[in-house]
Amino acid sequence: MLTTSSPHRPEPLLRLDGVSTWYGRGSGRFRALHDVSLDVHTGQSLALVGKSGSGKSTLMHVLALLDRPDEGRLLVDGVDATRMSPRAIGRIRNQRFGFVFQQFFLVPDATVLDNVVLPLTIAGVPLVERRRRGMAVLEQLRLAEKKDNRATALSGGQKQRVVIARALVTEPDVVFADEPTGNLDSATGDLVADELFRLHRERGITLVLVTHDEDLAARCERHVVIRDGALGRPEVAA
Amino acid sequence: MRTSDLVRAAVGNTLRSRVRTTLTVLALFVGAFTLTLTTALGAGVTDYVTRQVDQLGAQDVLVVTAAADSAPGPARYDPDTSTPSGAGAGPLPGAAAGGALTEADLEDLETVAGISDIEPVRTTAVDYVRVAGGDLDERYQLTIAPTASIARADLAAGEQLAAEGSAHEVLLPEEYVEPLGFADAEDALGTTVLVGVTDVLGEQHEVEAELVGITNPSLLGAGGGAGRALVEELAELQGAGVDQRPLYAVATARFDPSSDDAAVQQIKDAVADLGLSAQTVEDQLGLITTVIAGITGVLNAFAVVALVAAAFGIVNTLLMSVQERTREIGLMKALGMSGGRVFGLFSLEAAFLGLLGSVLGSVVAMAVGTGLNAVLAAGPLSALGGLDVLLFRPGSVLGVVGLIVAIAFLAGTLPARRAARQEPIDALRYE
Ligand SMILES: Nc1ncnc2c1ncn2[C@@H]1O[C@H](COP(=O)(O)OP(=O)(O)OP(=O)(O)O)[C@@H](O)[C@H]1O
Ligand SMILES: [Mg+2]
Repeated sequence: MLTTSSPHRPEPLLRLDGVSTWYGRGSGRFRALHDVSLDVHTGQSLALVGKSGSGKSTLMHVLALLDRPDEGRLLVDGVDATRMSPRAIGRIRNQRFGFVFQQFFLVPDATVLDNVVLPLTIAGVPLVERRRRGMAVLEQLRLAEKKDNRATALSGGQKQRVVIARALVTEPDVVFADEPTGNLDSATGDLVADELFRLHRERGITLVLVTHDEDLAARCERHVVIRDGALGRPEVAA
Repeated sequence: MRTSDLVRAAVGNTLRSRVRTTLTVLALFVGAFTLTLTTALGAGVTDYVTRQVDQLGAQDVLVVTAAADSAPGPARYDPDTSTPSGAGAGPLPGAAAGGALTEADLEDLETVAGISDIEPVRTTAVDYVRVAGGDLDERYQLTIAPTASIARADLAAGEQLAAEGSAHEVLLPEEYVEPLGFADAEDALGTTVLVGVTDVLGEQHEVEAELVGITNPSLLGAGGGAGRALVEELAELQGAGVDQRPLYAVATARFDPSSDDAAVQQIKDAVADLGLSAQTVEDQLGLITTVIAGITGVLNAFAVVALVAAAFGIVNTLLMSVQERTREIGLMKALGMSGGRVFGLFSLEAAFLGLLGSVLGSVVAMAVGTGLNAVLAAGPLSALGGLDVLLFRPGSVLGVVGLIVAIAFLAGTLPARRAARQEPIDALRYE
């Protein structure tokens, strides 16, 4: 199977190797990913595009170690993740990955700051440092004055910025974002996208975006088209 | 996740859903409240009884009675040993009210190894007591405890009865001080009193005796005490020279106070083989303790039922909570929290519920109990000096709290396991 890796590049950050995933069991069993192979290199920005139900979220979840492939392998820096312990996988997700899910998934009763530093709390970072790093990222996203608000008491755009702040607070290597602008009006959507691409440019963060927004996809260096769970011809944006 | 953060999160989550927490804690509260009170009741009564036994100071005394008829129904009359009802009644609670002891029984007792100083105790039924030279209207009924001459009384004033000698000595309970016209217990000491007794022919006699001591109100030493010499005299007068079968209600014997339980049991068995029964003072009090243990046992059973109900309440509350927070759990797991920590979080929430319920329950129980003690001591139980019905020991209160926290924790493991096993991806898909 053809992969996009080239011999000059270093070990890919993430490599899918013949991955298939099924949902359900018995006669209702449904193959959501069909023998997918894909390399993601450090510093890339990659758009997963395809029709609704084509398997974009499923693919992103496998890449992000949130779901184990039923067949095939996922390599993280060349190490087979399907053989890692749940604890080791948890540590990678916590320290190297940042997530923006298709829904906000904010803890409703916690403050904005507590929501943002949740990955640090889970990592066991001391309170003082948590506050410092949380405030730094909130300032970056112009949310500093909202730090003590309940997460529920925010507008949609503000919520999405909180989500992005939470994804960035651990200074991850990769940010996975599933329709990061899907719930937002175009102006707010642009703001959020600008922020992601700024970090991509300035810090070299790897971006894996799921979107069916053409404009957002156009800003990514690389497009991966998925159709009925299988990868179409990969294209490289101009 | 740091343990301190875990604890903070658990406490925060518990306090967030107030209504649910309150309802869950309520059941635990009832359990803790009841358990604290019942253990305090058991401790209070046991402590009081123990102090009474210590005061009796007759740890080496065996009280021997004719064995109680174990067959149900009325006892068969035996012209040799049967006594009119009452005469054989035990001197202390629990002493068997069987037949009487005969001279032959006493001789048999001499053969039992390990006991000495066998003394038959005659019983006397006295009519009244009055102050010598006082008004005839001021006569008061009196019961003489047969073993008073060997036991050590709990004295408010004065001295114990002399073990030897021919002096007529008497001890009176504190409640007699005022009616007999004394200012206080000290004032009464040394007075000559007259003890009235009616003989078998119906004639009344009075015997002079010196009032040597005043006894405290007590659970045990009901009635007055008379020295050995006085009892002999009274018994003689009652017999009125008529030939009587020498019958004794009780005999006392001493055993080596350092003997262990097995040795004491051996002596008791030997006495039982003679058709008699021997009890230590502790055995006799044991009956009281057994009754109290029975009562507290029943109350404890209620408390345990409340706690079992509370445990299901916790399971239910936390299952609801796990259900409700599926997304939050999924998010935390997606962000790298381990299953163990998620388990810890929910177990801690359960333990915290337990802590809330048990601490509140125990504190309220102690407050109510302290009030109750004061009310009881002033009212219904004022006759029993020094009795705190409810005795709260820090150790047992902490034990109750610990037990309930442990129960809550155990109840929490079921929902906590469910939470820990959740796959992040399933939780995040949940709509
Ligand atoms: N839990 C599940 N059980 C069964 N089938 C599922 C499950 N989750 C997703 N699917 C199916 O798998 C396919 C891929 O789903 P996926 O969520 O990856 O789509 P998507 O490309 O992200 O769509 P969208 O753009 O609407 O978010 C769909 O046909 C969907 O119906
Ligand atoms: Mg999707």
